[in-house]
Amino acid sequence: MSISLLLLVVAVIGVAGYMVGSWRANALAGGRLSNLHSRPGYYGSFVAIWAMLPAIVVLLVWIVASPIYISSTVRAGFPEEVKATSQAEQNLGYNMIGAIARGMAMLSAEEREALFKDGTTARSLLATKGVPLAADPAPYMLKSADDLSRMSRASSTFLSILVVLAAAVGAFFSYRAIAPRFRARNRVEGVMLVGLIAASSIAILTTVGIVASMATEAIHFFNRVPAWEFFFGTVWDPRFAAAGSTDSSGQFGLIPLLAGTLYIGLVAMLVAVPVGLFAAIYMSEYASRHVRSVAKPLLEVLAGIPTIVYGFFALVTVGPFLRDLSEQLNGLVTGDYSNFIQAQSVLTAGFVMGIMLIPYVSSLSDDIITAVPRAMRDGSLGLGATRSETIKRVILPAALPGIVGALLMTASRAVGETMIVVLAAGVAARIQLNPFEPMTTVTVKIVSQLTGDLEFTSPQTLVAFALGITLFFITLCLNIYALYIVRKYREQYE
Amino acid sequence: MSQVSTSPTTAALGAASKPERRDIGLRGRYAAERRFRLYGMAAIAFGLIFLFLLLFSVVSKGYTAFQQSMITIPVEFSEQIIDKDNERATNPQKLVSANYPVVARNALAKVLGVGEDDRAGLRAVNGMISDSVRTQLRDLVTANPSIIGTTQTVTFLAHGDLDSAFKGQIDLAVPENNRKISDKQIGWMNQLAESGALSKHFNTGIFLNGASSRPEAAGVAVAAVGSLYMMLIVLVLALPIGVAASIYLEEFAPKNRFTDLIEVNINNLAAVPSIVYGLLGLAVFVNFAGFPRSASLVGGLVLTLMTLPTIIIATRSALKAVPPSIRSAALGLGASKMQTVFHHVLPLAMPGILTGTIIGLAHALGETAPLLLIGMVAFVADIPSTPLEPATALPVQIYMWANEAERAFVERTSGAIILLLVFLILMNVGAILLRRRFERRW
Amino acid sequence: MNMMSEAAVEKALDKKMNDISYKMIGKDVSVYYGDKRALYDVNLNVRQNTVTALIGPSGCGKSTFLRTLNRMNDTIEGCRVTGRITLDTDDIYDPNIDVVELRARVGMVFQKPNPFPKSIYENVAYGPRIHGLAKAKADMDAIVESSLQKAGLWNEVKDRLLEGGTGLSGGQQQRLCIARAVAVSPEVILMDEPCSALDPIATAKVEELIHELRANFTIVIVTHSMQQAARVSQRTAMFHLGNLVEENDTDKMFTNPDDQRTQDYIMGRFG
Repeated sequence: MSISLLLLVVAVIGVAGYMVGSWRANALAGGRLSNLHSRPGYYGSFVAIWAMLPAIVVLLVWIVASPIYISSTVRAGFPEEVKATSQAEQNLGYNMIGAIARGMAMLSAEEREALFKDGTTARSLLATKGVPLAADPAPYMLKSADDLSRMSRASSTFLSILVVLAAAVGAFFSYRAIAPRFRARNRVEGVMLVGLIAASSIAILTTVGIVASMATEAIHFFNRVPAWEFFFGTVWDPRFAAAGSTDSSGQFGLIPLLAGTLYIGLVAMLVAVPVGLFAAIYMSEYASRHVRSVAKPLLEVLAGIPTIVYGFFALVTVGPFLRDLSEQLNGLVTGDYSNFIQAQSVLTAGFVMGIMLIPYVSSLSDDIITAVPRAMRDGSLGLGATRSETIKRVILPAALPGIVGALLMTASRAVGETMIVVLAAGVAARIQLNPFEPMTTVTVKIVSQLTGDLEFTSPQTLVAFALGITLFFITLCLNIYALYIVRKYREQYE
Repeated sequence: MSQVSTSPTTAALGAASKPERRDIGLRGRYAAERRFRLYGMAAIAFGLIFLFLLLFSVVSKGYTAFQQSMITIPVEFSEQIIDKDNERATNPQKLVSANYPVVARNALAKVLGVGEDDRAGLRAVNGMISDSVRTQLRDLVTANPSIIGTTQTVTFLAHGDLDSAFKGQIDLAVPENNRKISDKQIGWMNQLAESGALSKHFNTGIFLNGASSRPEAAGVAVAAVGSLYMMLIVLVLALPIGVAASIYLEEFAPKNRFTDLIEVNINNLAAVPSIVYGLLGLAVFVNFAGFPRSASLVGGLVLTLMTLPTIIIATRSALKAVPPSIRSAALGLGASKMQTVFHHVLPLAMPGILTGTIIGLAHALGETAPLLLIGMVAFVADIPSTPLEPATALPVQIYMWANEAERAFVERTSGAIILLLVFLILMNVGAILLRRRFERRW
Repeated sequence: MNMMSEAAVEKALDKKMNDISYKMIGKDVSVYYGDKRALYDVNLNVRQNTVTALIGPSGCGKSTFLRTLNRMNDTIEGCRVTGRITLDTDDIYDPNIDVVELRARVGMVFQKPNPFPKSIYENVAYGPRIHGLAKAKADMDAIVESSLQKAGLWNEVKDRLLEGGTGLSGGQQQRLCIARAVAVSPEVILMDEPCSALDPIATAKVEELIHELRANFTIVIVTHSMQQAARVSQRTAMFHLGNLVEENDTDKMFTNPDDQRTQDYIMGRFG
């Protein structure tokens, strides 16, 4: 039976269990539902759960475990000379055996016999069944493939029996357990609670997954390239070896990428912080309700626009505009019409990213500023302060810790932003101070190292995970610290 | 009285009738006030101006993408060219591999009066026709081989450069050598336009076609289907898991270390850069679990993990907004905690949950970076029929087109952005309507 | 000769009061919050160097009236004031009157102590600083010291002027807020239930302080507690449902009021 059919069977048993269970509960109640501990539906659900849950667990375990078992058994049957070859070669062979086994399943009995008599026909024969082989199979492969297909079939049959049995046994015993005073609802709710807990654990699992997966790949990378060369290297040149370097795979210096990331982030913050902060102040302290109800959502539209759109805007509008502008300026001043701002530059990427960050700064600071109690404003206004004096001398100092937290969160966005810099910052990894020149960032390099053909063994690919985990920790620290500050700040006014 | 007025305590009494006016620097302070106010207005104006500029830039570049220049001329399906030796009965491959572009070129050359021995002229004529004419004519002929030898009126795509020129997007002041289209071709273009053979049609191709290296034939269908699959996966996985997690955290979880850890975790996950989720997807789903690269399934799973924190945070605040009195009322009637939550609290929180979900989905729809890493940046010409087949996504398609150099691709890119923004606007409007319709204040 | 006995000061003040010089005059004052009317044509005069108490059940409009006196109502969206209020001879709702200057002349102390999250010194120096009242550091030090002294707080905080104002106890915080208001040298001080958040001992201290401040300032105080009104004020005004019911000498008010409603309120029949 195929897996989907098996699932269907289990579901049918479950539904049947539900119906039988509720029916039996009704019968036991004898017309008076108050005789029962729980409503009949709970007895039905109880039976259904015990019919389906164990069966599905068995199914999942089997799906994971059986290929591993079969693979190790088949490989154990490989001839000695094959076992002596490298792991990668054996993997290749095993993949081919898998393909042959798939093809064999479609052959008629005569064709199979013909195939075993003359292995050289395998490739052409299987091709007619739509299973292309990369090369003629080695003789041992046919036998292994035969083993494999036999075992897979056995495994499938066995699984079907086991699952149906588990479902039936579960249904039977849970049905037997039904009695008027049986606390079916509590049991069902217990299972539901476990489900809820499992769902919330996914958050933890995701973090564990992020750290574990990136750490594993990053460790592979650090086995090839020393950690200090990565963290303190000032040259990023993953493709070619530098003269005199003993490592032939290139140089993986993080510093130029980090410099670019921070520089572009700085430019972005220089745009976003004053604009966002003043916008937030105006919204929360000056704007009439009418203006606020129009301007606030409009500004927040900026946060809803996908970053790829900002990237495109930077690439085709802002970048060329700045380039042409610099051309004209240069021409007016020196008479030499050559541009001093590159289309892809720190300025372009930073500026556009700054626009993207405006709504983050403004809505976060707006929340913080409105959290300052009204009594502070009244106290200051009651002494005869103007609004701006109240804001500058009372509200902002009171809100400062919260605003710093908000800015740190915004900074972590700037550091992790990808699409704008991919399109607008350039790919040249270098350390320099001219904002009119292109620089590159950690995220740009993650993308460029991982698009295209991948080989999970080369440092050129693995370096992306080292970059990723660096990025993850930078943003993590920024965020935890920011959350801590903001939480402290909120407690102060609660 | 004189005694009194000399006393320091009562000095104020003497002056009480009319105190002197103090100079408290009002003029300067009000100037500062106005300046400060002005900065605020300028900041908001700055943001709004750039919002407008961005949208204007995209729309002005992109609205033409929904029109496509087409050439409608009589085409002679010459047996000479298609099947010179009349072997189509025995070798069907012949019709598939025939040189159809020449058929189209000759037809256009005839209309324009270019001689058959004018090599340069023919090359220029060829440069006005989209390469997609090959498949178009091939499909016509293989569907109905009897048209060979006849002359049919056929409408086919103009070349991307001609399309751009016809839409007036190519600067004709640039010297001829430096632009993609020659003066001669411009002349022909005007000639064709006058005779009505060249005209703009509504561009259905951008909706129906997959990837193509020729801008005039490229469309977003594969990307849209990929995005649709991913949104469905995110909705089916993230909504129930997110709601379940929020219910546990908000209604059942005891206050202890473990739940505190989950709290902090969720807040942090919401702030993890999206590209990190891409790395996670690549390492776990593709490399470890062996799911196919470029498949929308993997994209959907990655986006699910990315969207979960958003949904959880929104759901929790929706649950928090349900007043405790509702819970007490249900519990007081003898409902179990689970019944209280599922029968009373959850339905009341539903509008808030759905609004949060839609906003989360909208974010996922616009997300690009993680999808690049799991290989969804691929040239996929055929619409995927299952989530396991290679696909791209709308924002990724935009990224790929943005990297193309041709002018016509800028137009396509902007057109795709307009489509993406329209989807996002629809989703957000939906969320706002939902909130307006069901918002409840306690 | 320069030093006068307490009794002499009291006497002088009472004599002054008998001359009746009005510091602020409210005529037909009505207040609307949006469509809702909160005050109905109130006519109430505030006498110079007198403590005037505004009493009445909650929601009666006494705080609303208080806030019209220095236009703190302006900060509430949708609030509208009609009628005429003068400070000395200036109509404070005249477009030519500057609200900042008005508030510098009519200071305010709020219900809950609201010191700024700054040092004690900076809290007191805030008003003089924004109004530019002190030219040099020494002037400012003098203002801070004398204000704290007037608020009876100097001895308690003189050694920790640079510590945060929010670290003080509730009663100290309220006296700090009074010092902060005093530092601007206003002519009138408005107090909106200044003791409602304080314990009895702190309340007693603040009441004593109000009593002393009367020498230099005209004070209008809103209070919930009739005992407090009786203790600190010379004039009392009774509000009910947005109307001014009665305004009279405090002594008369609490012994023999003219209006039945005042009588009922004082006897505790409603409120």
